[in-house]
Amino acid sequence: MADTLVKPAPVKKASAGKAWTRKRGPVTYLIRLVVVTYLFFLVAWPVYLVGQNTFKKGFDDLRAILTDPDIVHALHLSVEIAIISVIINTVFGVTISILLVRYRFPGKRFLNALLDVPLSVSPVVVGLSLVLVYGGRNGWFGPTLESWGLQIIFAEAGMVMATVFVALPLVIREVVPVLEEVGEEQEQAARSLGANAWQTFRRITLPSIKWGIIYGVVLSLARSLGEFGAVKIVSGNVLGLTRTAPLVVEEKYLNFDKGGAYATAFLLALVAVASIIVVSVLRPKEDR
Amino acid sequence: MSIEIAGVGKRFGDFVALDNVTVSIPSGRLTALLGPSGGGKSTLLRIIAGLERADTGRVEIEGIDATDLPPQKRNVGFVFQHYAAFKHMSVRRNVAFGLQIRKRPKDEIAERVDELLKLVHLQQFADRLPAQLSGGQRQRMALARALAIKPTVLLLDEPFGALDAKVRKELRDWLRRLHDEVEVTTVFVTHDQEEALEVADEIVVINDGRIEQIGSPDDLYDRPANDFVMRFLGPVTQLGDHLVRPHDLQISTTPAGPDDVAGQVSRITRIGFEIRIDVTTATGQAVIVTLTRNEFLALGLDVGTTVHLRITPGSPTTPAGPVPAEVPLEVATSSH
Repeated sequence: MADTLVKPAPVKKASAGKAWTRKRGPVTYLIRLVVVTYLFFLVAWPVYLVGQNTFKKGFDDLRAILTDPDIVHALHLSVEIAIISVIINTVFGVTISILLVRYRFPGKRFLNALLDVPLSVSPVVVGLSLVLVYGGRNGWFGPTLESWGLQIIFAEAGMVMATVFVALPLVIREVVPVLEEVGEEQEQAARSLGANAWQTFRRITLPSIKWGIIYGVVLSLARSLGEFGAVKIVSGNVLGLTRTAPLVVEEKYLNFDKGGAYATAFLLALVAVASIIVVSVLRPKEDR
Repeated sequence: MSIEIAGVGKRFGDFVALDNVTVSIPSGRLTALLGPSGGGKSTLLRIIAGLERADTGRVEIEGIDATDLPPQKRNVGFVFQHYAAFKHMSVRRNVAFGLQIRKRPKDEIAERVDELLKLVHLQQFADRLPAQLSGGQRQRMALARALAIKPTVLLLDEPFGALDAKVRKELRDWLRRLHDEVEVTTVFVTHDQEEALEVADEIVVINDGRIEQIGSPDDLYDRPANDFVMRFLGPVTQLGDHLVRPHDLQISTTPAGPDDVAGQVSRITRIGFEIRIDVTTATGQAVIVTLTRNEFLALGLDVGTTVHLRITPGSPTTPAGPVPAEVPLEVATSSH
């Protein structure tokens, strides 16, 4: 998913760019061919096949899953969890990004490294670790919360936490470079003109990192919708209660309901691809 | 006195940017903070603006203790070297920013913005984005933006540093005229001695985190406090143990007094309207003398001619200290 979101280089003025364009020799075409072939077999063709399989029997498969209340519930749940996670990750992500770029404090490098853990740790490990802390019976913190009437594991709260965890760095990694590039001077100018911290953020910082945030949100949304491993462990995978769309795909696939699996997978992919397309259409021509 | 700085010190790690600086900047004047890069002048300006906090000392602006005030409460206009234009806002909205923050009525803002855009000659660009302006125009917009809030003091950090030579010169003259018009206390940072001499009423020379001298351009040029100021403000050459300006040396083919230093012309270079004569004295010292073309022709000098040098009575000299690395003699001489 992330591969398709690599940002195009800033649009240079055509006249300036032309002088530097190398002549297109056979090597250029060879490299293009290799890249296109690679992406075709790795990304385009498999994704296309999911779509094709979905419509093998016309709209029957799609209709079937959209009329099954349990699957509709799973789709709802997936969207709900994804939206809550994206909101949390956006608010925290922007805050942490500003902290990382604009302030100096002891332990900054450590925090920076820590933020990459969710990307490098397998989601299954994330799920297991959350169970260890918040598990209702044996968790380190879970029984206390449970006695207050708060169930985390095998409930939506835990699923949101798992999703937030795995998608945590995506907004930050998009926003940090933009913040660094924009620099501090505009903010300082705003302060000297009388703006307080909040006014400076809302009127100056936020508009200048807008596109970084939007990319981060789209990436997080795609990642959150598709999260499987961590959610599978913390959700308990109860049909009609805590089963999300990706879990439905696995269940259907294992039960030889290939049509249903493809149709659900197609819907998941559709949302992700649609959000990417919407962003690339909305994005202004001039870079940020 | 408008800005009082008392005992201000600032360190960045091990680097001492400002070392116990005390200075008064007069009201309503145009003051230059002049010095080499890394000398602490920008740090001092940023401390006045509140963008940087002093480690020690106090800052007072128009009688108000500003030491602990955040920048937004100081009512200070700040202009950055690289403009710091709000890229996502039109020129008009950039200029209106400070007034909108102050929640002024809409028609008052519109009126004030129009007035300022006229002042900086940007009326026809009001609806453009900063990216569509040239460097000089952006800096004028930044100035209008800073002036919009009717600041107590206007601070400019190397305001023309990022512009090309021609625009820099235009803006320099324009800033002088603008200051005469709006009469706000203005402090600007520059490393260009010509800029400071030409524009400022008052110059504060800062080097190595310390103040070397404070005075009017004439004071500094004619009565430099030490060899650093002498070297930094204009071309210098050394005759005996004295630092002197090359145009303050008299040259003749016959001795005219007992203190004359004899030497031989080693090189003659014509630089525009000036003639530069390199003389090697009997003791082997290389001295530079600048003459006008007519003086040169009247003397009839040639390479190898024996000449006699003396310092024009009454001209500024300082005892020659060690030559600082960042201002080599040659560079200081040819930059005039």
